Amino acid sequence: MPLDAELARLDATLAHDLLRFGPELLLCLGIVGSLFAKLFRAATRVQLVPFALLLTLVALGLVASDAQDSAVFGGLLRLDSFANFFRVFLLLTAALVLALTRLTGLPDATDSADFVTLLLGGTLGMMLMASANHLIMVFLAIEMASLPSYVLAGFLKGKGRSSEAALKYVVYGAAASGVMLYGISLLVGQLGTAYLPSAAESLGAAFRSGGFSLSLTAGLLFLFVGLGFKLAVLPFQFWLPDVFEGAAAEVGAMLAVASKAAAVGLTLRLLFVLFQHVPIPAVTETVSAALAGVAVLTATLGNVAALVQTNLKRLLAYSTIAHAGYMLMAIACIQRPAAAAVLFYLAGYLPMTLGAFAVVAVLRSLTGSEEIDAARGLLKRSPVLGVCTAVFLFSLLGVPPLAGFAGKFQVFTAVYRTGAFHAAGGHPWLGTLFNVVLAAGVVNTVVSAGYYLKVLKAVALDDPTDETPLGEGVAVRLYLLLLTAAVVVVGVWWDPLTDLTWRAAVGLG
Amino acid sequence: MDPNAREVDMIWLTAQVFLPLAVAVLLLIVPGRFRELLRWLALFGCAATLALSLCLWVDYYHRVLEYRSDRSVSSMYHPDSRLDARVEHQQSLTAKPVPGPFLSIDLVTIRPWISQFDVNYALGVDGLNLLMVILTSLVTMLAVAASWKIDDRVKGYLVLILTLESGVIGAFLSLDLFLFYVFYEVMLLPMYFLIGMWGGGRRKYAALKFVIYTLAGSVCLLAAMIALYTVNVRDFVDQNVVLRQDEEMARRDPSLLILEAKGRIEVHSFDIVTLSKVGRAAMLVLTNQEHRLAVRGVGKDEPHQPAANGSVELFAPGVDREAALARLKASPVCNRTFQYVIFALLFVGFAVKVPIVPLHSWLPDAHVEAPTPVSMILAGVLLKLGGYGLIRIAFPLCPWAAAELAWWIGLIGAVGIVYGALVAMGQTDFKKLLAYSSVSHMGYVVLGLASWSSADNSQYWEMGVNGAVYQMLAHGITATALFFVVGVVYDRAHHRELNQLGGLTEPMPVYTGLSAILFFASMGLPGLCGFVGEFKVMMAAWAFSPPLAVTAILATILTASYLLWAWQRAFLGVNEKTKGYPDVSAREFVILLPLVLFAIALGLFPSVLILSWVEPSVAGWVENLAPLK
Repeated sequence: MPLDAELARLDATLAHDLLRFGPELLLCLGIVGSLFAKLFRAATRVQLVPFALLLTLVALGLVASDAQDSAVFGGLLRLDSFANFFRVFLLLTAALVLALTRLTGLPDATDSADFVTLLLGGTLGMMLMASANHLIMVFLAIEMASLPSYVLAGFLKGKGRSSEAALKYVVYGAAASGVMLYGISLLVGQLGTAYLPSAAESLGAAFRSGGFSLSLTAGLLFLFVGLGFKLAVLPFQFWLPDVFEGAAAEVGAMLAVASKAAAVGLTLRLLFVLFQHVPIPAVTETVSAALAGVAVLTATLGNVAALVQTNLKRLLAYSTIAHAGYMLMAIACIQRPAAAAVLFYLAGYLPMTLGAFAVVAVLRSLTGSEEIDAARGLLKRSPVLGVCTAVFLFSLLGVPPLAGFAGKFQVFTAVYRTGAFHAAGGHPWLGTLFNVVLAAGVVNTVVSAGYYLKVLKAVALDDPTDETPLGEGVAVRLYLLLLTAAVVVVGVWWDPLTDLTWRAAVGLG
Repeated sequence: MDPNAREVDMIWLTAQVFLPLAVAVLLLIVPGRFRELLRWLALFGCAATLALSLCLWVDYYHRVLEYRSDRSVSSMYHPDSRLDARVEHQQSLTAKPVPGPFLSIDLVTIRPWISQFDVNYALGVDGLNLLMVILTSLVTMLAVAASWKIDDRVKGYLVLILTLESGVIGAFLSLDLFLFYVFYEVMLLPMYFLIGMWGGGRRKYAALKFVIYTLAGSVCLLAAMIALYTVNVRDFVDQNVVLRQDEEMARRDPSLLILEAKGRIEVHSFDIVTLSKVGRAAMLVLTNQEHRLAVRGVGKDEPHQPAANGSVELFAPGVDREAALARLKASPVCNRTFQYVIFALLFVGFAVKVPIVPLHSWLPDAHVEAPTPVSMILAGVLLKLGGYGLIRIAFPLCPWAAAELAWWIGLIGAVGIVYGALVAMGQTDFKKLLAYSSVSHMGYVVLGLASWSSADNSQYWEMGVNGAVYQMLAHGITATALFFVVGVVYDRAHHRELNQLGGLTEPMPVYTGLSAILFFASMGLPGLCGFVGEFKVMMAAWAFSPPLAVTAILATILTASYLLWAWQRAFLGVNEKTKGYPDVSAREFVILLPLVLFAIALGLFPSVLILSWVEPSVAGWVENLAPLK
């Protein structure tokens, strides 16, 4: 294509593209604004979190009213129903985390500019991850999301644990990024393009003309190593418990919910787009089987390791690993209904995980401890907090009629159907494999009862070491009740959300 | 006016399920310091629920049984009154392009809930579950009345009991597997807290054990449910549903020819009635009787009778029999392993609740640690859900596997009877003794269900199922009452050691008299409620397998001995320590009296009071399954 014509076309659509990119631009505005605020002595005494919250909500409104489906900026990004699902999800998470930090008072006015910059920056990166349509954008987005996360993990200045967490995160993250970049360059070199749809076509062509070369296979493998690190699946999960234990619970919530969701979105997008043109039987099957294996191992490791934890944040960290495993079970199906199930799972995962981390954050701010013992007798010390915690825990365990069950049910159904599909379609071994995955998921659910109930026992059944009421504010109660209500509503009234997730999954590839 | 708005029975049924929950929400608003007010409110809520269930019973008796019964032969067994006939009718109304008009008098309601997964909010009443609902609301009301002594966090306690009641009633009334599962799980949470927060010394251990066992059971149910959901039921549902899906498919993909699309359509359902038809059809295929499979005739007037030539009309009207049969035979549901695995999953899931030996070990712990009213509910109501699940779900959905394994299930039941009785004999803790006696008594339920001898002997099986249902009711009455009896003595003695009790006859004559009747009822003395169920089960078992029947009959000696021995130790003799105990208070008397009266009345007039309206449902159930063998 002649360059001039291409440039003219880009130029013509620029205004429209920028308009659709408005939410992201708003976040940029927030980042720049809070950086500027540091320059003025007077502004350092202003708490910036409320402003950031407002900005996020406006951006949220903009995305929610956006119903178009098109590639923007010459195909670098794809803003379709799938991307929009994640943009809404991520902005909502960011807004909820920002609100939480106001309730627990994590960043004081002096630090608030830094915190806002980092949080909005990370959110921006994650939103780009969910809409990236170009391998270079994939890498840039992951870096954009990761770098602020490294700093956020070390945000509790002067705490050894926090700094250790940040350092560990950086080292692991940098290594994973390096490997991923290497994989991307191998892929781009072999395929001749970084634009995902054309890359997928070349991949299909390369496969038909004699299978994948070593460098192509290595490139794909390295790409998924980078994603595996962000998802924290086996064997790339080592960083996660340490980082979560060291970082503040509010940051943990952001990492556990938003970061994981963005990684899930990117993984889904890459899987669906890249293997679209590759003949089904050979490659997709192998990828599917490999992912399923990883999923089972991840869920099992997360659940078993969580059984012996005494620190709440560490326990929740392993629980998020287990939940990533459940989601990966459905991702491994590489089928559209299964993708919809994953999206629903995420939607339920948001309020329950955020809620659990919020309880830990509130406990820390009121008792100064994050051990399970700090939650002893919580139900007596603060009935509202205790009931909310019980609901979050039961939802994480997957008890109906709560959100966690709705997600888990859809994931398990998708896995079972994939198994039946493969068994009927002439791949009995794959059918058996998915049945094993389903059985593993079911057994894992029972195992996870062990540690969720351990926390619940401390909260509801144990006598408090300190009988005084916890004395949390009304706003904290309202915040947690809101999340609890969300957990119940998502669990009981699926229809609006299933419609949304199905539309989003249709937009996929 | 919107025709759907006139479906009054939907409001009735919904109110029946959610009234306790609504009262619980009301209690949440009342400040916790008004303890007496909270208790009275909860009691009134329970009484209202009981009143509602009695209204439902009147409705069922008049509108469903009598209205449709054939007056000329004055029989209650009219096919149209059966639950599956009413559900089919409602489903065909729902499947019409413009749904409705729904009948207000059929006591069945089906509304879409989660459309993506074909989950319906489906409730329906027949004799079986209505009996259980009345029992539930009665026992819960008495349990709330027995809770007056609980002073610690009264509000939370009552809210949990009411939530539990909602869950139980919902599970009994559900006609949708998914809805059933949700209610079934909803009960788990309140019970955990009730045992764990208001229980005795080892309450935490008992609560954890209860949850782990129940959760393991319900996870089995979940797996079975997902597998059943993937079965293609397109030839068993109203063909309007298939037609609508066909149009939908053609609209989404215009290149698809309509006929081509039709071959590919799959319909999935959680509906228990539909899934049970698939189960029956699979049984016919698996036993090489597929020539008997037939398409149901159209037309409202045609009675719903089993055809004379032995054909079983399972396919929906308008289905091409040959194509449907080919589809059915190709589907995994006609696979022996599939049937065995699904039945095993369902059976284990419910066996935990019944509880069936060897999955019973949570029960003694839970009973011993739970406060008296919670024990009453646990024994009187929750165990019945296991038995009910076997009747309503496990057997009809996988009849082939159930028939194949019938003898083994019967054996498990018989072993449970003997084992429970033997272990009960060795107990010195009054409550633990009763817990093991529950295990023993629920064994009769399993044995009665399993007595599926042959098609010709179906009247015996019917007797067995009737006996099982009656045994559930009788055990619900006697076990509730006996746990309260223990509670009364515990309030005075503050321990439950049988060896340290004794001599209660003298200080507490009224109490002694009432509890004697209850002990004899539990023992199965003729003329009291325990006898009817056990006798019917033994009759059926004898026709099914004499060795099992002999075991069950001999076990009654064990039952009599441990109960009499326990009664002796608690009541007879002279004991200085118990001399000063006051007799039952007015409140305790009011709670015990109705249970005692029921124990007598149900033993004297079983058919007038209960079987007259429960039996038609049981007969329909047996008529569906028995001819398949």
